[in-house]
Amino acid sequence: MYLDIESKTVLEVRIIRIATILTLFAILGSGLVTFTYQITAQHIAANERATLLRTLNALISQDQYDNDLFNDFIWVQNEELLGTEQPVILYRARKAEQPVAVLFIPVAPSGYSGAIRLLVGINYNGTLLGVRVISHQETPGLGDYIETRRSNWILDFKGRSLTNPNESGWKVKRDGGVFDQLTGATITPRAVVKAVHQALLFYQQQRPALFNKDNVAP
Amino acid sequence: MNRYTTLIQDGLWNNNVGLVQLLGLCPLLAVTGTLVNGLGLGIATCVTLVASNVTVSLTRHWILTEVRLPIFVLLIASIVTMIELMIKAFYYDLYLALGIFIPLIVTNCAVIGRAEAFAVKQPVDRAFLDGLMMGLGFTLVLVMLGGLRELLGRGTLFDQAELLFGEFGYGLKITLFENYRGFLLAILPPGAFFGLGLLIALKNAIDRRLARRATQPFSLAITQQQTS
Repeated sequence: MYLDIESKTVLEVRIIRIATILTLFAILGSGLVTFTYQITAQHIAANERATLLRTLNALISQDQYDNDLFNDFIWVQNEELLGTEQPVILYRARKAEQPVAVLFIPVAPSGYSGAIRLLVGINYNGTLLGVRVISHQETPGLGDYIETRRSNWILDFKGRSLTNPNESGWKVKRDGGVFDQLTGATITPRAVVKAVHQALLFYQQQRPALFNKDNVAP
Repeated sequence: MNRYTTLIQDGLWNNNVGLVQLLGLCPLLAVTGTLVNGLGLGIATCVTLVASNVTVSLTRHWILTEVRLPIFVLLIASIVTMIELMIKAFYYDLYLALGIFIPLIVTNCAVIGRAEAFAVKQPVDRAFLDGLMMGLGFTLVLVMLGGLRELLGRGTLFDQAELLFGEFGYGLKITLFENYRGFLLAILPPGAFFGLGLLIALKNAIDRRLARRATQPFSLAITQQQTS
């Protein structure tokens, strides 16, 4: 009986010691992370903003708008035309309060290996400012010519609209359309062309609502 | 022999993380599509190894055997998160290239392996050196594998070096074969396995040759003794 009580206390002491040590290490670990987060948070936010602005400015030059493009955005949702059930961010460029263009990030869901996120810029009159790839997982060396650093393929979208080419031309050449595809990778450009076409359709349907000033981000 | 020499030899060659221990294969195979990616992840892993080895060694008297594994995991996860935040804050372009692989360092069993097998029993200076050498050895393999795959797959070296070195990096890119059509297999995941296999074979071949050379003069000396 006596022995039992003693071993029980020893065990309890041991458990408490272990718990204390683990707690101390948890505090140490999270303390270090919190400290680093505090000193880096501002830099990280600035970096993310700069990268996004750089991407946006690849499509629209800074003299084309005078509003605070980065903060003039709304969330839009349209699973059929934007390729994702998630809300998509849409930036609005204006000059002297007049609508100039929208830039938004639709998804081409049917890439060769998963979704391709695009940045599409559309002028007020419905012509394309241009298209860029934000992220993709296409095969390196095969499907990645949709990136500007691999080829100029994606620059072909600039200036196109729903009437240039017309409905039947919005396909890759193999499918009877006007857009080039490179040998060995047709699925990737097919997905991109379709997504851009649908983005244009979306813009045509929604244009009045998209520029509505009162329609701001919640 | 100096007490540090074995550590250096083990880390870089005899007990190399990538070629002998075969630990951390997931990042090793995943990011070595180009030399620069390999180098970037190598440096990040090296920093993690040093930081985790030093922290574990410093706190080794408080680490109780029963809970040493949770403590290692806690420390390593904190360190990797800190490194990720730092890279995100100061090398954002590199973060965009390596971003998803940095949290993967947590799962690199080489880090917890060194903590368990070495740092928890050793003084700080030796733990530091061990982390550094193991990290450098791993980086070396990453760089060689990345270089091999980039060379075969794209015909270039140091492509996108600007991600690591800023403006200076643009001048580093070497195109070895102009108009090279590319060898896709080298860039795809199987290329990583083939490449690693070749590197391991090369290391073993060198070891065997060294061993043969080491035994030969010795046996020669014995025969000389017998004849004299």
